[in-house]
Amino acid sequence: MAYHTIDVYQYLRHEKKFPLIWCAGCGNGIVLGSIIRAVHALGLSKDEVVMVSGIGCSGRTSTYVDFNTLHTTHGRALAFATGVKFARPELTVLVVMGDGDALAIGGNHFIHAARRNIDLTAFIYNNSIYGMTGGQVSPTTPLGKIATTAPFGNIEQSFDIMRLAEAAGASFAARGTVFDTEKLDELAEQAIQKKGFSVLEILSPCPTIYGRHNRLGSAVDMLRHLEEDTVPLDEVERVADAVRSGKIPTGIFVDITRPEFCESYEGIVKKAQAPPKA
Amino acid sequence: MEPRLLMGNEACVEGALAAGVRFYAGYPITPSNEIGELMARRLPRLGGKFIQMEDEIGSMAAIIGASIAGLKAMTATSGPGFSLMQENIGFAAMAEAPCVVVNVMRGGPSTGLPTLPSQGDVQQARWGTHGDHPMIALTPSSVREAFDLTVKAVNFSEKYRTPVVLLMDEVIGHLREKVVLPQPESIEIIDRAKPTCPPEWYRPFEDNKTGVPLMASFGDGYRYHITGLTHDEMGFPTTKPDEVDAAINRLFKKIRQGFAEIMLYETFLIEDATLVLVAYGSVARTAKSVVLHLRQNGKKAGLLKLSTLWPFPRRAIESLPVTVRELYVPEMNMGQVYREVNRVNQGRRKVRKINKVDGELITPQEILRAIA
Repeated sequence: MAYHTIDVYQYLRHEKKFPLIWCAGCGNGIVLGSIIRAVHALGLSKDEVVMVSGIGCSGRTSTYVDFNTLHTTHGRALAFATGVKFARPELTVLVVMGDGDALAIGGNHFIHAARRNIDLTAFIYNNSIYGMTGGQVSPTTPLGKIATTAPFGNIEQSFDIMRLAEAAGASFAARGTVFDTEKLDELAEQAIQKKGFSVLEILSPCPTIYGRHNRLGSAVDMLRHLEEDTVPLDEVERVADAVRSGKIPTGIFVDITRPEFCESYEGIVKKAQAPPKA
Repeated sequence: MEPRLLMGNEACVEGALAAGVRFYAGYPITPSNEIGELMARRLPRLGGKFIQMEDEIGSMAAIIGASIAGLKAMTATSGPGFSLMQENIGFAAMAEAPCVVVNVMRGGPSTGLPTLPSQGDVQQARWGTHGDHPMIALTPSSVREAFDLTVKAVNFSEKYRTPVVLLMDEVIGHLREKVVLPQPESIEIIDRAKPTCPPEWYRPFEDNKTGVPLMASFGDGYRYHITGLTHDEMGFPTTKPDEVDAAINRLFKKIRQGFAEIMLYETFLIEDATLVLVAYGSVARTAKSVVLHLRQNGKKAGLLKLSTLWPFPRRAIESLPVTVRELYVPEMNMGQVYREVNRVNQGRRKVRKINKVDGELITPQEILRAIA
């Protein structure tokens, strides 16, 4: 792994803004590492990569990387990214959001970006809580879990991001964890490479807020839970039973080919510019 | 150019395209729809980009994204959509992303009067988004002026790196007039100033004489950070009082330095006037006929027509002849520009408001009755 670490440094902004704002034990830095390793593995130049982020702990990711970076308003990262990508389709646009950012306030943009199938890669850091604002319940907080705005337990169903992405029309949807970083690197690479709208959900621990409210132990304990509570989809012989017993499946859920928005628009331009028929 | 019969909304599109707008994102809303529909037809022919977004919040976000990627970008909406855009209008002001927001005003508040005229969004255009920020808002009173002011709006947005609002009332948006548009080569077009230095020297939000930093497009090799957080001159978030103070004050400075060219207004028969009507949008047309009528009846009346509403053109009021003793401000709202006239006037002259909020135009008779 040593050479990977060296590779990561050349994609970070050295002049300012370190150390990171994230708490000790937070998974966000691990996701950042995976995104960078994927960009490196794909051989993309820093000039052609745009990272757009929303608001929340995940939103700060864009501050640290040496790409073209745009830190937007809460929930709107995908809509800003749509403008960037559509204006300049040759750029690789990565969109970084949290679970509340992408699915509560930004839920409408999420389903429509997927429906439109615009070539963006959405990284959703799912820590089941609003961390930056102090621990409020989010659309991915599991039933019964404690949050500052659900002090007696959450009574709302949580979103299944994979099924939501699939139903909305995404070309690629996968779920990884910050426990299995080698797998996460692979998934990130595939998600970026995929033409069309790609979603990568990353299960990531928030030991400072979510973990404490729900007595989930230390950061290390929470990483261990990620291993114990998930089951890879490719372990076909045990996945059905495991999911029935409450484990969360990980891996690639959607990988299909559909017309991509910017390419389809090129067809519209040709049609509009064709000389009128005599 | 050949004379054409054009609607205000159509002239707005022509002006935007002439000024170089090549990206449009919008969401359907009456009475602005003709703008989006015409953009959907015209932009692909010019190699430009049109997208109908899922809502006005997304529309505003998309034009900012496109602007940062280097295209001149615009959206159009009406009251409720304008309300939804406010947060990201503030982002555009803070991130200094040039863009134009057209608001074809209808009666409000809330869903209000979707197809009827109003001028109720004047103060919202100024203060709709939170926090201290400068704002430019222009308002046309004819179809030709809808063209001209759209060109100006795009130019101002590029020159000052700021969102510019074009406020049309529904009457002007849907009015059809014979217009002769200017020859394309005679139209002044301003493009944002871009950096030419080596990328490692680039300081994306650094002050200069104009107060407007040089703007690199994403993808041009100048990798930098843009955020809605208060930022230092490298674009990174800061809470240091001296950096915060400098950043916010520069936003005001850059617009203040442009006051002379931004504050647009016209006067009509004011040289010896004792009574002046201050009007804008479609109401300025009514006011002009009132002035002519009063003149015919021996009353020394004049008109001050405002084309810029924000920054409020205070020198237009201050430089009125000393003969002027009365100012009347007719408008299709409860007195939103009257407040400004009164503020700038500082008690020197009598200021009266004439308001109408029933969804109908103000007629010359109504103004005459109010003056009598």
